Amino acid sequence: MIHDAQMMAELANAKPTAKPVLANVSRRGILGGAGALVLALSLRDARADEGQTAEQKAQKFGADGMPHGWRDDPKIFVAIAPDGTVTVTNHRSDMGQGVRTSVALTVADELEADWPKVKVVQAWGDEQRFGNQDTDGSRSLRHFFQHFRHAGAAARLMLIEAAAKQWGVPASEVTASNHTLTHAKSKRSLGYGAVAQAASELPVPTNVTLKNPKDFRYIGTGKIGLIDNFDITTGRAIYGLDTKLDGMLYAVVARPAVYGGKVTSYDDSEAKKVPGVVKIFKIDGGEIPSEFMPLGGVAVVAKNTWAAMKARDALKITWDDGPNAGYDTDVFRKELEAAARKPGKVVRNQGDVDGAMAKAKTKLEAEYFVPHLVQAPMEPPAAVARVKDGFCEAWGCTQGPQAANDRLMKALKLPDDKVKVNVTLLGGGFGRKSKPDYVVEAALCSQAVDGAPVKLAWTREDDIHHGYYHTISVERLEAGLDDKGMPVAWLHRSVAPTIGSIFAPDPKHELPFELGMGLVNTPFNLPNARMENPEAAAHVRIGWFRSVSNIPHAFAIQSFVSELAHAAGRDPKEYLLDLIGPARTIDPTSIGDVWNHGEDPKLYPIDTGRLRGVIEAAAKGAGWGRQMPKGRGLGIAGHYSFVTYTSVAAEVEVDDKGQVKVHAIDIAVDCGPQVNPERIRSQMEGAVVMGMGLALTSEITFKQGRAVQNNFDGYEIIRIDAAPKVVRVHLVPTGSYDGPLGGVGEPGVPPVAPAIANAVFAATGRRVRQLPIRDQLSA
Amino acid sequence: MIKLTVNGAARSFDGDPDMPLLWYLRDELGLTGTKFGCGVSLCGACTIHLGGAATRACITPVSAAAGQEVVTIEGLSPDGNHPVQVAWRDLNVSQCGYCQCGQIMQAAALLKDTPKPSEQDIDDTMSGNICRCGTYPRIRAAIHQAAGQTAPAGKGERL
Repeated sequence: MIHDAQMMAELANAKPTAKPVLANVSRRGILGGAGALVLALSLRDARADEGQTAEQKAQKFGADGMPHGWRDDPKIFVAIAPDGTVTVTNHRSDMGQGVRTSVALTVADELEADWPKVKVVQAWGDEQRFGNQDTDGSRSLRHFFQHFRHAGAAARLMLIEAAAKQWGVPASEVTASNHTLTHAKSKRSLGYGAVAQAASELPVPTNVTLKNPKDFRYIGTGKIGLIDNFDITTGRAIYGLDTKLDGMLYAVVARPAVYGGKVTSYDDSEAKKVPGVVKIFKIDGGEIPSEFMPLGGVAVVAKNTWAAMKARDALKITWDDGPNAGYDTDVFRKELEAAARKPGKVVRNQGDVDGAMAKAKTKLEAEYFVPHLVQAPMEPPAAVARVKDGFCEAWGCTQGPQAANDRLMKALKLPDDKVKVNVTLLGGGFGRKSKPDYVVEAALCSQAVDGAPVKLAWTREDDIHHGYYHTISVERLEAGLDDKGMPVAWLHRSVAPTIGSIFAPDPKHELPFELGMGLVNTPFNLPNARMENPEAAAHVRIGWFRSVSNIPHAFAIQSFVSELAHAAGRDPKEYLLDLIGPARTIDPTSIGDVWNHGEDPKLYPIDTGRLRGVIEAAAKGAGWGRQMPKGRGLGIAGHYSFVTYTSVAAEVEVDDKGQVKVHAIDIAVDCGPQVNPERIRSQMEGAVVMGMGLALTSEITFKQGRAVQNNFDGYEIIRIDAAPKVVRVHLVPTGSYDGPLGGVGEPGVPPVAPAIANAVFAATGRRVRQLPIRDQLSA
Repeated sequence: MIKLTVNGAARSFDGDPDMPLLWYLRDELGLTGTKFGCGVSLCGACTIHLGGAATRACITPVSAAAGQEVVTIEGLSPDGNHPVQVAWRDLNVSQCGYCQCGQIMQAAALLKDTPKPSEQDIDDTMSGNICRCGTYPRIRAAIHQAAGQTAPAGKGERL
């Protein structure tokens, strides 16, 4: 889930209003309270400047390249109370990736804090204060790990300095360990709380020495339990749908079934009769592109959710369906296929593909299809808002609180200092909750009832009918082969409506961040390669879905490689490794990837050795090459995404009715240094299940502009009985903790579906070229 | 007037008797540990115990609970240390955690009826509870652990 910062600013014309740094500190107060030490880090990563031209230096990467970057403000992230309690402020949304735990343990480790004395609080949406909060793109630790390390280390030095002053000894003689400051010579010691006040009055050190990673107590150990474990398992954890305010009302909205539809008229006479109904009103909307703003419709505010839902059912609404009323995904697929069979915009061109193709001994071509998907987090979109006395305060399960803040400003015509967005836990996100339309809806409802707080709920049907869907795509691959069956010419056409279509009217081409998700940056050893992106229009809201365009690209490419291997009569894993070629680093810009996940290509080249490494690790875990019983097969796929390398080996069985059972998955990941291996494992386990769902069962189709599926009966996702009994996660360690990190939340997903499809082929000899597999094999 | 018991406390309700228990618990009593996920008994996020049996609160009208005992996640254990909760924490089952209250309530009911469940028992009983984060391998392991069929892993409790 990537917001290309430049694309966002240009297309959305939504660059947040500039305001001076720290201008709004006082209005919201400083965290931690009296007597607290508050500080943050002071660090600029110099590595990115090494050996670069002036032009490259001007280009910003990593957290620097994101809106509002990261904060260098000594009053933000760490507070120590007189009783020693350490409070870490986490500014990234937790949707299940465990970032609250991982951020807190990072600070605690460098601070030499005793873990049970560490708390985490969630930052509200304010990027001027906290730095970028757009929690997507598998970026939280990748962008902020080093900064949080420095915050913890600086705090430790300040505590040491304060203790040294109190004792009248040199700071070099004082040590900090496990929440205790010690002067060994005089056998004196103090707790952190005892010097917190004095430490807070010291200047923040500019020269901070980080711990030697061999001394880490929490980072990299995988031994820290989830910081929210108790609250989650006892029902105390507060999600977007759980906020409760005095006098709160409850709302649902009837939205247009077709993207761009508008309310023509409505009759609420029956709806008003439902006991508990407080207000029914029209929400404007229906503009294309809708960006992150509400779709419009008719809102019902009531004294409880049930009454609001009943009244909504009783509304009689006449709609103008607008320009997308004819959208039919069966028809649209044929349009995509036709586009894929003709030349399109060239997005990478290397060598002479046409010449080599003409001379090739043999040729192979295939087309692959991936349908729309919807994120369907278990908690549908939800928010509470109170718009009163010219001030809007909202509580939402949002991945982008600053984005929510900005849309509230726009919808309510309020200045920045009159809007505040609080972030709850997210009951899943997967990209859906990067778009804060529902937070705006909640605020409009509160405004309509004169400032009473309103909780706005989306039902599951709302979530499935009015989503920001994963795109729909046809990928066409052609290869000209030499006498050993290796490609001398490679042509890949990718056709898919772009996420840019929610920001700009009718763009027809994928954006650099979509092309850079495994299309142009295919890291194979190819003498002649051309990637093209023919035109495609969008007819629904297209949005980020966990791992985004990597899904269709990886499915097509990794399936095609397996097809080529079969045509060459070779082992698919060995063929894949040969195609990747020897271990080397590739400058992504040299193969047309100008985006590189927003990272500096010098710090983050594509390392084919690491890609080879995860493929070998997954294969080894699965016992690749062993004899399989009849009806069973092993398949493999490897992929590079979010500057991380992943590979999946799948063992599947296809029964005589064509039903696919996934028995075991081996997933290997190389994300560079591992901050919290325990959560990396859980993210890979979860990615396996989500990848299985899109491989086997999940699909959103449209007829007459309307989503056909309604709930978890039509939109099927994997349940425990279909989940593999064996999921082995192989963490491949590379890199130093002072070096660049890869992403974790998303990279597990892309290789799952092609590995399963390749395993199906191994088991049955039948090639799957469209997802989901469902009952394709039963015929 | 509908009278019922919720987590040991006597309650009465004179609103719409068709209101699902889910919204009664959440909106009227503020017991938000019972989650909304689908509204039509397809995902199990709203699982509670009604008269001791695992029940989907989203399709159970308040009237159906008249005179009965309702237990929600908040009332499963006075100190939050039901063996299933302990195992869930020990194995760090949760990712986003949203579905886990329903999973825990379903698993607790399973173990009450079937103290030593087989893999098939777990499949049969837990397949009505969806986890979009995909924590199924750990849910399975945690149930075995809570049943005493595997030793504690010792990972999840705060050090």
